[in-house]
Amino acid sequence: MSGFAALVAGTPKSYARMGRLTVFEEYTIARKPQPEKTQAPVVQRIRIRYAKRGPLRFTSHRDFARAFERALRRGGVPIAFSQGFTPHPRISYASAAPTGVASEAEYLEIALQERRDPSAVREALDAALSPGLDVLDAVEAGPGSLADRINASHWRIELPEIEPDVLRHAVTEFQAVSEILVERLTKQGRRTFDVRGAVERIEVLEPEGAPSGVVGVPCAILELVVRQVTPNVRPDDVLSGLRVVADLEPPVPPRAIRLAQGTLTAQGEIVDPLDADRDGQSSVNAGRGPAGAH
Amino acid sequence: MSVASVFPLLEPLLPRVSKPIQYVGGELGALVKEWDAATVRWALMYPDAYEVGLPNQGVQILYEVLNELPDVLAERTYAVWADLEKLMREHGVPQFTVDAHRPVGAFDLFGLSFATELGYTNLLTALDLAGIPLQSRDRDEHPLVIAGGHAAFNPEPIADFIDAAVLGDGEEAVLEITDIVRQWKAEGSPGGREEVLLRLARTESIYVPRFYDVDYLPDGRIQRIVPNRADVPFRVHKRTTMDLDAWPYPKKPLVPLAETVHERYAVEIFRGCTRGCRFCQAGMITRPVRERSITTVGQMVQQGLEYSGFSEVGLLSLSSADHSEIGDICSGLAEQYEGSNVSLSLPSTRVDAFNIELAQELSRNGRRSGLTFAPEGGSERIRRVINKMVSEEDLIRTVVTAYTNGWRQVKLYFMCGLPTEEDEDVLQIARLAHEVIKAGREATGSRDIRCTVSIGGFVPKPHTPFQWAAMARPEVIDNRLRLLKQAINSDRSLGRAIGYRYHDGEPSLIEGLLSRGDRRVGAVIRRVWEKGGRFDGWSEHFSYQRWVDAAAEVLPAFGVDLDWYTTREREESEVLPWDHLDSGLDKEWLWQDWQDALSEYEQDDCRWTPCFDCGVCPAMGTEIQIGPTGHKLLPLTVV
Repeated sequence: MSGFAALVAGTPKSYARMGRLTVFEEYTIARKPQPEKTQAPVVQRIRIRYAKRGPLRFTSHRDFARAFERALRRGGVPIAFSQGFTPHPRISYASAAPTGVASEAEYLEIALQERRDPSAVREALDAALSPGLDVLDAVEAGPGSLADRINASHWRIELPEIEPDVLRHAVTEFQAVSEILVERLTKQGRRTFDVRGAVERIEVLEPEGAPSGVVGVPCAILELVVRQVTPNVRPDDVLSGLRVVADLEPPVPPRAIRLAQGTLTAQGEIVDPLDADRDGQSSVNAGRGPAGAH
Repeated sequence: MSVASVFPLLEPLLPRVSKPIQYVGGELGALVKEWDAATVRWALMYPDAYEVGLPNQGVQILYEVLNELPDVLAERTYAVWADLEKLMREHGVPQFTVDAHRPVGAFDLFGLSFATELGYTNLLTALDLAGIPLQSRDRDEHPLVIAGGHAAFNPEPIADFIDAAVLGDGEEAVLEITDIVRQWKAEGSPGGREEVLLRLARTESIYVPRFYDVDYLPDGRIQRIVPNRADVPFRVHKRTTMDLDAWPYPKKPLVPLAETVHERYAVEIFRGCTRGCRFCQAGMITRPVRERSITTVGQMVQQGLEYSGFSEVGLLSLSSADHSEIGDICSGLAEQYEGSNVSLSLPSTRVDAFNIELAQELSRNGRRSGLTFAPEGGSERIRRVINKMVSEEDLIRTVVTAYTNGWRQVKLYFMCGLPTEEDEDVLQIARLAHEVIKAGREATGSRDIRCTVSIGGFVPKPHTPFQWAAMARPEVIDNRLRLLKQAINSDRSLGRAIGYRYHDGEPSLIEGLLSRGDRRVGAVIRRVWEKGGRFDGWSEHFSYQRWVDAAAEVLPAFGVDLDWYTTREREESEVLPWDHLDSGLDKEWLWQDWQDALSEYEQDDCRWTPCFDCGVCPAMGTEIQIGPTGHKLLPLTVV
């Protein structure tokens, strides 16, 4: 192919490749401290809701963060930077869905050094991200923190090749007890914790047809509302709980999607955390509702 | 007939493998074209993991060049890791492209870019997963398997596994191959596979191994390599793309979601190098020097950054500080991107050409990349042998200037196992490193400076003056590396400021086998692959013993062995496996340069001195293309 191949095959330190390829290795090095550059002040904060759809649900949070920073540059969004020797763009993320789990309701907040129309920012970012990472909503931040408005998530899990009745039985068992201990490997090591307490609602949906277009294969659908606790109870933890109480073993990997996250009301509904910011502002919702929620 | 995506089969496997994002595509710049609307379809592969292969310039350039043609479709595929390979075999999922997840076996052409020979086992995995017979002779209506990249300058070890090889620059070659295949298909594919390969061979710049026979002497050496039919050329010539300004690729760089080894917009500022370092295959086979003009470089950087959102620019070449207008390029770019957190990097820079002003420009905005200097040889004597004309004074002065300008750490790159090398040559590396630290401490008045000594193993490569050289045995290399470590630490104060990184001698020996191997080595590669060899470029996956065992099993039948290929010095009269492949370099000139190396005689750079008759320009009808153009990068209007 191009006679250029060898030159660009250099690898940074973290990749333990060997041999002659490392000739062109580069790495960031320490330099004498220099006077800190003063960063422009923050004049506006914008809160954003985005979706992770289809194959791009396999995007990890780190992958998304890198892509989002590039999208800010491509989209010409005047992001503010942190002070210090290595300034970072000021982005704060609300709890991110696990890698492999799709989502219609991920949230983040950006700080800008120049004012921008939130709807223009939404359009610019959406255009700058790959299809499948879709920016759905953007509002100017009002008082209060975004994180404080998120205490629960609404999940849907498709379980192909499982009969709905089998799942219904497992759910009944799940609801019948007050504590279910499961194990998961976390950053702090193997942890055992209760999944039952955080589950506000768990029920089996009647499928309207084969979800993946495969005729004749059963598929059970689970709906969950889970409160945010520590450690966080994720969809796979609830499935572990179903395994514990009813030996439910999905023969193929289930597909989970987060349909909403926000503030849990007394009625068990989840309120979009951007609604409070929207009060008094004109809505810039693109009208692109949860496409996966069918 | 349309071809279905294998994604529905692949998707359930992805939650069970590590880093599934590398298999789903969706990169910025990726294209999914209509299968049925295309008349010629290419699957392009960089035979390594996605994180290494995605940033590869060669593949990105060809991907874009091919997809610009309305009736041509090009998609990419990479080596899958063992976890997914196992699942794909269990569930019958074939090797797929990441763009539209189409099976590689359905394409007309399967092009692989080999930057290194260590990708050969991954070639076999990909062929096998794609359902393409491993041996070229067993294929029928399968894709034409075409190798390119630097390793294709001696494709003999994989001659049985590929259908054709392209030597040199790929941009124009892929277009010509596309034309030939399009025409042949339009005629109804007359004569089948044999006919289309014949048409490719007749271009005289595409090597089709099946049309050449190799005869051996009783002692195992090659007697001759000749065409086995009258209508193909005796020698196959390399390609040279002239006028890089006419080929400003990549215009739309691929921007991945997954983390990859390089996250930057890379632009080649020139191709070729005539410094004449005798170990450097790239510098020999990419001649002559062809610069991209400062104006084109500026435009490419501007468009590439706007398109990609990258915050780093890599100015690539074999020796980037040698561009005739490198100063203006760097200061112009630094000017343009002042305050924007965009950083520049020059990945490959020679000590003697480097100046610290340039480094200052590079670090003006944003992050600083590392400073790596490559004197390559520890002693003045060995540097004369390899024709790396760097004096110790120059090196120390340059490194000290870096320290006084604020860099606290530099890296020095050397090779071990060079021809004529003695222990003493390697031990000089320790002395040099000590001198660097001493001078640096004196100049900065600080003890807070460091250098890292990084050692790579020398591998003699085809089409270089060292193609006749004997490799040192791994135990010799390992002993020298041990002595060097002791020497570095012999002074505790200085030793503490010096980092030491090296690779042991064993992988280099295998790379040497593959680099200078002939068709008989193909059986070794196949055996290693059958025994589970994958990702041989990765130290954690490479098994020296597996290669040694496979060589011992397979080679005796041919009357040769691993040593014969590696630690044996060749004579002038020996027919080399790549003698029928023409890089433009005159074999007599190479031999003379080898003799000059042995007598420690240096050779100049023909950019600045009269031609020294390496043979490339007259043989290939090419010429040196360098500036200065006198142009400056115009400041952009900031919107």
